This record gives sequence, structure tokens and C-alpha cells, in this order.
Amino acid sequence: MFFENDPVLLSRILTYVTLGFHVIFATIGVGIPLMIAIAEWIGIKRNDPHYTLLARRWARGFVVTVAVGVVTGTAIGLQLSLLWPNFMQAAGHTIGLPMFMEVFAFFFEAIFLGIYLYTWDRFKSKMKHFLLIIPVAIGATASAFFITTVNAFMNVPQGFEFVNGVLTDVNPLAAMFNPATPTKVSHVILASYLTSAFILGAIAAIHLIRGNKHVYHKKALHLTMVSAAIFAIGTALVGDFSGKYLHEYQPEKLAAAEWHFETESEAPLILGGILTEDNEVKYALEIPYALSILSGGTPDTEVKGLNEFDPEVLPPLWIHYFFDLMVFIGMFLATVSILFVVLSRKKGWNPFNRPLAWMIAAGGPLSMLAIQSGWVFTEVGRQPWILRGLMTTAEGATTSSHVGLMLILFSVLYLVLGVTCAVVLRKMFKGNPVEHELEERGISQPTA
Amino acid sequence: MTYEVIGITVLWIFLYGYLIVASVDFGAGFYSYYTKRTNKNHIIHDIIQRYLSPVWEVTNVFLVFFFIGIVGFFPATAFYYGTALLIPGSVAIILLAIRGSYYAFATYGAHESKIYTFLYGATGLLIPASLTTVLTISEGGYISYEDGNVQLLYGELFGSLYSWGVVLLAIVSVLFISASFLTYYASRAKDRNALALLRKYALIWSFPSIGMGVVVFLLLSQRNAEHFQNMVDIWWVFALSLAAFAAATYLIWQKKALGVAFIMVMIQYFLAFFGYGASHLPYLLYPYLTIYDGFTNETMAIALIAAFIGGLAMLIPSLYLLMKLFLFDADYIEGKK
Repeated sequence: MFFENDPVLLSRILTYVTLGFHVIFATIGVGIPLMIAIAEWIGIKRNDPHYTLLARRWARGFVVTVAVGVVTGTAIGLQLSLLWPNFMQAAGHTIGLPMFMEVFAFFFEAIFLGIYLYTWDRFKSKMKHFLLIIPVAIGATASAFFITTVNAFMNVPQGFEFVNGVLTDVNPLAAMFNPATPTKVSHVILASYLTSAFILGAIAAIHLIRGNKHVYHKKALHLTMVSAAIFAIGTALVGDFSGKYLHEYQPEKLAAAEWHFETESEAPLILGGILTEDNEVKYALEIPYALSILSGGTPDTEVKGLNEFDPEVLPPLWIHYFFDLMVFIGMFLATVSILFVVLSRKKGWNPFNRPLAWMIAAGGPLSMLAIQSGWVFTEVGRQPWILRGLMTTAEGATTSSHVGLMLILFSVLYLVLGVTCAVVLRKMFKGNPVEHELEERGISQPTA
Repeated sequence: MTYEVIGITVLWIFLYGYLIVASVDFGAGFYSYYTKRTNKNHIIHDIIQRYLSPVWEVTNVFLVFFFIGIVGFFPATAFYYGTALLIPGSVAIILLAIRGSYYAFATYGAHESKIYTFLYGATGLLIPASLTTVLTISEGGYISYEDGNVQLLYGELFGSLYSWGVVLLAIVSVLFISASFLTYYASRAKDRNALALLRKYALIWSFPSIGMGVVVFLLLSQRNAEHFQNMVDIWWVFALSLAAFAAATYLIWQKKALGVAFIMVMIQYFLAFFGYGASHLPYLLYPYLTIYDGFTNETMAIALIAAFIGGLAMLIPSLYLLMKLFLFDADYIEGKK
């Protein structure tokens, strides 16, 4: 083994591996039902079978990823108790409610997804079938909502009193709706929508790059990029609010993300760079006043610096890079999707040009990278706490000495699942290309 | 009824729900694999696929409900069971993960492969075996607790007759519950060949399942005399369970009222499972943890129960719709839709 047998470190790594793998499927699990709903709705409204087929094909691929999402979600649900028994004991007393409700939301989604998939041609009215995707989309977003409130609670635990080691005066709703909840929940949900739109857009873009000029792919690209532009603007707005939230409630996290050492007003925002041994920032791009504006809306906002905090309770400073990577990709996605929308609105411009298609194609994997970076940033940025100010990560962990073996087993499992999932998806769509399916279903040109 | 009892009852209901729906699913996977090996798969393949496809995801949720719910209602269980069950719990997760995803890969990927079917069939028997570990260790004597450190005694677990008895009981029960449901489903589908084969399976596994039940009951007297005595005190519950079993087996034997027969099987397991659970109280884990000292605070309990009622109000109509479309719709079952 590369590590000494430290259950805390190994539990952190195993949790990271499980969540890092699960979040890929969870993210698209939140966003894709909405995209399917939009496509099916347009298909009905415009009476355009291309959009209906889009919804059908997306749903078909989606269900394979749902399977992996479900099983890895089950894994993390149980692993939380297995790896973090002390944390879960405290969490059960305080934030058990949204965890419980998340399962209900998922249950609801699972039932309707099952019905939706097997009833495409069962109802006379297309509208009836469309109605079935609505509970799926609502359930998916509600799941994200509930589970993110739990994560928000870990950042700002509230809704209880902790007197002489005993929890009293528990208020589950106050715990759920803590100060971190509004920004965190909206950020997670919008970013999931954005990522899903971009991944579906990237698929269409790749078809165009490969020389397939079928109008089906153009419609797919248009639909996903218009949606992505809206979600990107929303995500950016929420990002701004998140900065203000951090400034107010978790200043040490903001300062660590920004390598902001001295408390000062007119603080600049630092992009990239490296940190020397005596904490000097080098080779970074500085945007004057930007950190103060991000924190409080005005250049004269005073932003707390790292030097004000006890070094014992500061997160590692490398989270700066993950923060920057997330923000950079977010900006890139916004630019690309807005550019697409502008080009498609202007007469004489071609939004389906090759360079833009390439950028959209890159946006798919990049958006997932941003999701990963964002979660690494927020989770590592909360260290050394598992419940900020109350319980350290080390206190929450298991004492079992077998975590290392489990880490190996689960890593192999996820590797195998990930590879098979990719192979199966490829085979599904290679073996049944759009042209073939259009012909098979007797769709030539849309009637409108 | 105290909040503690309401809490554990809610959880037990979910676990019972899981026991039934998962048994059908696990057994179906095994039969699917077994008939493939013996070249009889064409007889029952359609029946199994048509039932399982829309409902497999729902099965998993019952289990998630139970283990998230138990942490909500009884946070102390996370500490005891969480620490002790790292390995068996992880093994169960891995098996569930393999099963769920490979089922989806095979079904939606429209690609039948021998490995997929094997994984699907084998996990169907291994998962119940690994999950029952929890019930086994709850009887006490399999866990050491010193200086705040919880450890599972593997030698004790693997060397105990009781624990192997429970594993066998779980496996034969899965096969019996599954076969009796699929017999009913085949009769609804008017598929005579499938019906004959599945009825045979149901009858083969009927007596082993009740026999193992009795064996485990007797082994428990060695393991946990207090629990055993509590079970003897409510002997009538188990007698009724036995009666339900007799009725179910008779009906399947006579090829009559197969729907009623399956309901009888459900009643048989309902009585046995709740009789076992009720006599286990107040202990969640002998002798360390009872429902009273491991319970969450009152506000959380009320909130969870309210959420549960609200959730049920949403779920029951949805489940009804699911069952109406795929379980009770004759045209769908017969493959006309």
C-alpha cells in the first residue's frame, strides 16, 4: 500500500472515489430528465417528430446511466454509515429529515421513469405520455435539492443546541434551511442542468464535426445550446451570490480559495499563479477590486484574510486551483453557448461552423470536469471539519482497519462499471444510428 | 404507541416490502440463469423480462429507505452497525451494484451476454445471503465492544450454525417467493408452458423454505434464549404463518386461485417477519442497543413521521399506477403491448 493504514485518510479517499464517480451520473440524472421533457414538449407543440425522437433516444441512453447512478447512490448511502459512523450518528439527530425525504423523491422519480420508458406507444394522446416525464424531472431536481441541503448543513450546522455534549432543541427545518442552502442548492441544480445540456450538445456537435449534416443533429444542437445559455447565465448569477454567502459565513474558505492573506478592502481577485514557500503569490493574474466586489458588491468591502484565522482550522490552499478551474470552465461554457445563440439569431451567420462545434464538443467533458472541481473545492475547502465548527473529519470516521481493502475493491468496481457503461452506450447508438431509426419509424420530413 | 415503536414499525414495513419485491427479483434472476443453462430459458424468458423491466429500480429504493430511515430514527445504529458491518456491508453494495447495472446493460443495451446473465443470476442468491448478516449479528454475540471500539467477530460469524442457517433460509425463501409470484404472473399471461415450469419450481422450494424456517427457529434457542422465549410466547403468530403457507402450497398444487396463493405467501412471510421483529424488541442489537436508547430526539421523530405520511400519500397512487399498467393490465402481461 502507498499509505499507512490510516482509517481516516483511507475513508476520505474511498468517499472521494465513490462520490467522484457517482456525481457524474447524479449530475446528468438531475439535468437530462428536464432536457428530455423540453424535447418531447417541443415535439408535440411543433408536431415535429425529430424532437420526439430526440427525447426517445436521450431517454434510452439516460436509463443506462440511471442504473449506474442508482447503484452508486445506494453505495454512497450505505458507505456514509460504514465509513463515517460517528458523523452519521450526529447527522441522524439533526439533518436526518432531508436525507429521508431524498429517498422519497428518488422513489417517486424511479416509479415514473419506469412507466415513462415502457409507455411510449401505449397512450392514444401524446400529451399523456409527456405528462409522465414531469414527475421524473421534478423527482430528480427534488432529490438534488434535499441532498444538497444536507451538504449545506455540513457547512453551516444549525437548528440545534449543543450543551455539555448533548444535542437539544433540534429544529429539523432550521437545519435544512440554513444560510448555505439557497446558494448551494441553486448552484448545484443549475450547474447540473448546464452540464447535462452541454453533454447532450457535445454529442450533436461531434456528429456535425464528423460531417453528418442531418437536420436532426442541428435541432439537437440548437435546443441544447439555447438551454445551456440560459442555465449558464443562471449559474453565473448564483456564483456571485455564493461569493457573498462565503464572505458572510465561511470567510476562511473564500480566503483559501483566493489566496487572500491580509484583511483589506479593495481586494483583488487572483487567478492562477503559484504560491512560494513564504506565501507569496507569483505569476498570477490579478483583477483589481474584484474580490471585494464578489464578496460585498462594492470595492470598499473589507475581505478577511487567511492571517486572521487559526492555521489549525484552515483548509489546504491548493483548493485555489480547483476553484479557478471551475470558474474558468463556467465562463467558457457561458461564452460558447451565448455565442451560439447570437450567431443563430443573426441573419447570414452560421452557428454550425466547425470551430464553434469543436468548442461545444469540448464543453461536454469540460463541464463534467467543472462539476468535479467544484465538489473537490467545496469539500476540501470545508476541512478540517466534517460539520463545520462541531466535528472534525477525523472524529467522524470509522475505526475499522479494513478500509484499505474496501478502497481497492470499490475502485475496481467503479472502473468496471464505468467502462462497461461506456461500451454499452456506444454499442446502443452505433448499432442504431439516427438515420436508421428515422427511416424505421417512417419519419421523412417534419410536417411543420 | 410510542414514537420508538412507530419508527421501528415504519422501517420494518419497508424491509418487509423489500423482502417481497427483492425476492421476486432475485429469484427471477436465478431462474433466468438456471433455465439458460438447461435450455429451458425460452419458456420463461418473456414472462420474467416483462415483469422485471419496469420495476427493477423500485426494488432498490425499498432497501435504501430502510437504511437511510434507520439512521434517521435510530442514529445510534449508524455507530454500532456502521462500524461492525464495513466488510459485509461493502460486499452487499458491490453485489447490488453489479446486479443493478448489469441488468440495465443487458436489458437496455439490447445485448444478451452469458456473463451478464451469470452475474445477474449469481448475485440474486449472494445478495440475500450477505444482507442477512445484519439480522444474524443483531442476535448478539457476534460483536465485541471495548473502549468505545466496535468489532465484528468474523470467526464467530462464519463458525456459527445459526448464521449459516439464516443464509440458507434466505436463499430458499427467495426461490419460493419468486416462483410463487411468477407462477401467478404466468397464469395471468395465459402462458401454459411457463406456468407449468414455474409451478414446479414453487412446489420444489415450498417445503425447504418452511423446513429451514423451523431449523432456524430451533437454532435460535441456542443462540439467544431470551429472543427464543419471546417467540414462543407469541407462538400463534407463527402458527398462522404456517397455516398461510399450507393454504398457498395447496392452491399452487391444485393450480387454483394462484393470485390468492401468492397473497397467502405474502401473509406467511408477513406474519413470520413481524413475529420475528416484534419478539426481537426492544433490542436493535443484543445486548447493546434498544429502540429506546438509540432513538432520535422527539422533534426529529415527529418530522420524520410527518414526512413519511406525506411521502406515502404521494407514493401509493404512483405505485398503484405502476401496478395497474404492468401487473394488472392483462394485455401488457400477455405481451400485446
